[in-house]
Amino acid sequence: MLEIKNLHAKINDTPILKGISLTIKPGEVHAIMGPNGSGKSTLSKVISGHPAYDVTSGEVLFEGQNILELDPDVRARLGLFLAFQYPVEIPGVHNAGFLRMAYNARRKENGQEEVDPMEFDELIRSKLNLVEMEPDFLERAVNQGFSGGEKKRNEILQMLVLEPKLAFLDETDSGLDIDALRIVSKAVNAYKKPEVGIVLVTHYQRLLNYIVPDVVHVMANGVIIKSGDKSLALALEEKGYEWLL
Amino acid sequence: MSQQLLNDITTRDYPYGFTSNIETEVAPKGLSEDVIRMISKKKNEPEFMLEFRLKAYRHWLTLTEPKWPNVTYPEINFQDIHYYAAPKAPKKKLESLDDVDPELLKTFEKLGIPLTEQKKLANVAVDAIFDSVSVATTYKDKLLKAGVVFCPLSEAVEKYPDIVKKYLGSVVPHTDNFYAALNAAVFSEGSFVYLPKNTVSPMELSTYFRINTEESGQFERTLIVCEENSYVSYLEGCTAPKFDTNQLHAAVVELVTLDNAEIKYSTVQNWFSGDPVTGKGGIYNFVTKRGKCLGKNSKISWTQIETGSAITWKYPSCVLIGDNSIGEFYSVALTNHFQQADTGTKMIHIGKNTKSTIVSKGISAGKSHNTYRGLVQMNKSAHHANNFTQCDSMLIGNACSANTFPTIDVKNGSSTVGHEATTVKISEDQIFYFQQRGISMEDAMATIINGFCKDVFKELPTEFAVEATQLLGLKLENSVG
Repeated sequence: MLEIKNLHAKINDTPILKGISLTIKPGEVHAIMGPNGSGKSTLSKVISGHPAYDVTSGEVLFEGQNILELDPDVRARLGLFLAFQYPVEIPGVHNAGFLRMAYNARRKENGQEEVDPMEFDELIRSKLNLVEMEPDFLERAVNQGFSGGEKKRNEILQMLVLEPKLAFLDETDSGLDIDALRIVSKAVNAYKKPEVGIVLVTHYQRLLNYIVPDVVHVMANGVIIKSGDKSLALALEEKGYEWLL
Repeated sequence: MSQQLLNDITTRDYPYGFTSNIETEVAPKGLSEDVIRMISKKKNEPEFMLEFRLKAYRHWLTLTEPKWPNVTYPEINFQDIHYYAAPKAPKKKLESLDDVDPELLKTFEKLGIPLTEQKKLANVAVDAIFDSVSVATTYKDKLLKAGVVFCPLSEAVEKYPDIVKKYLGSVVPHTDNFYAALNAAVFSEGSFVYLPKNTVSPMELSTYFRINTEESGQFERTLIVCEENSYVSYLEGCTAPKFDTNQLHAAVVELVTLDNAEIKYSTVQNWFSGDPVTGKGGIYNFVTKRGKCLGKNSKISWTQIETGSAITWKYPSCVLIGDNSIGEFYSVALTNHFQQADTGTKMIHIGKNTKSTIVSKGISAGKSHNTYRGLVQMNKSAHHANNFTQCDSMLIGNACSANTFPTIDVKNGSSTVGHEATTVKISEDQIFYFQQRGISMEDAMATIINGFCKDVFKELPTEFAVEATQLLGLKLENSVG
């Protein structure tokens, strides 16, 4: 469903991605690991269209369509989702209202009728339970004053509501205590299905004990230096990244 | 109306920039006692009005333009302006809309303000003012039945001279400032609202101002008097065509409330703000608005959404004389491109237990300058008076500026004054967050701005709140990043 071909990208004048090629099929869970500054967070931002990055060459095909020329919101409505490493705070914007707006944008795209706040409230209750969040959480401003763990759970809640075809989870495990990590993993596992691709971007093997990947990639200095199955992650845990570099 | 206006607004360019081709009668450029006599004569005014004007004019001659606002513009040549412009009147008096030039009706319809019987807005009575004259006032009869007088000021001079004489200039005297003096000398039209004792207006009242003639000024004057136990909500809207030259709009608004009366005054100002690229043209909006809470327990509430004009200079204020009276000021001032705004309020506490609230939201984008200037004054007699001020600025991009100049002057030890201020910036990452969830940049912008301004928007009559939100979002399109 996603085909990345020899992707190069830079921020300002600094090249970050230096030739990434990667194919993700429906139903697969991929993990992208690598040391700090390897470009793994950049990859998910470039694919979702963050304006700070310039693609200098290469292609990204999503379900056969080159998406690099599309605005980020168009890509999102095609079914691409990014759970942010550092979700930004948006003061004054109601969390439930925001989520409904996003949900309706997708429905509109699919020619479906928009849902009103009452219908949406019903829909969201069950998803709230999955991430073990209290309903009053929806009444706050988006991410404002949320703890690190609440922000990450809110990202996963958004994924559950928007039902993307392909989800990048960018260091969703960082800053989570063991209970929160368990909750988040349970929710992601519940979302796993044959038509959905999931990409876990992470530093640590710890997350992969909960969400088991089909493929593990190691990135360093803007390229993928090694791919393998889940045992690769265990090897990294043991030996660090040094032996690969 | 909402739908119509929204459709117009989404054409993205300034949609009201068209000129109507209407035969216009224009006074020669320049200002003199002769021009003033001519205006007064055109309006068939009684002697006291001519005296009112001439006194103001003679005082104006002794004044110089104020230079203290935080705005810059080339010197205005006051002899290079038409002080009177009016659509050529038909021979007979306008008895009904059938006598109004259809081109004029079309103009207002294009602006989203249909005036004809079949199409007029439900629940909002409109006085439509084109250059210097009132074109039509809807629902006049229905209002009169409820006891509400709503008519052009020139008609009020004729029909209610005693009320006009008593209150005109009683809140903003011609000695107040340079532009107030100029307005008193040459004002040509405006709205008059009068609610006798125990009258509650059955609908929103609204005046729509349109400048059409190039190099003309608009000097309207509005007077609203609410007697004991009465209530009215009033809204003004403004647009103008695109010209390369600047046009002067120097209005005066006076509000008076007696015991237990309340006036809610809202403004959605969308004058042409000048060319976005060169900064050429646009309206100079130099306005004096003030309300006097004369009676005890009375209340005056200003809500303004200021999005247009090349330069805005206005401070809707409240003089709280009656004990327990309340003054409120809710403002969103948005500047983009080359716009400049210096706006705020004055709350003058005189009576006991008087209370005021100020909520100001300034949004600056492009290369614009946005200034909040406010005065809270607790006079010696203002025992246990109370003020709260919230003053927030939002910056979009790196080329704009925001300033706040709050002045607090306390002469009574039992009064309390509170002031809070914040400055925030819309970031690329916030917009991206919306977009990654499938929400367009325009909707993202509108939603963030709406969140920032919601304390003010909730004060607007519902019919206009949606428009205001949408208007701000579109005004700021492509200004992030």
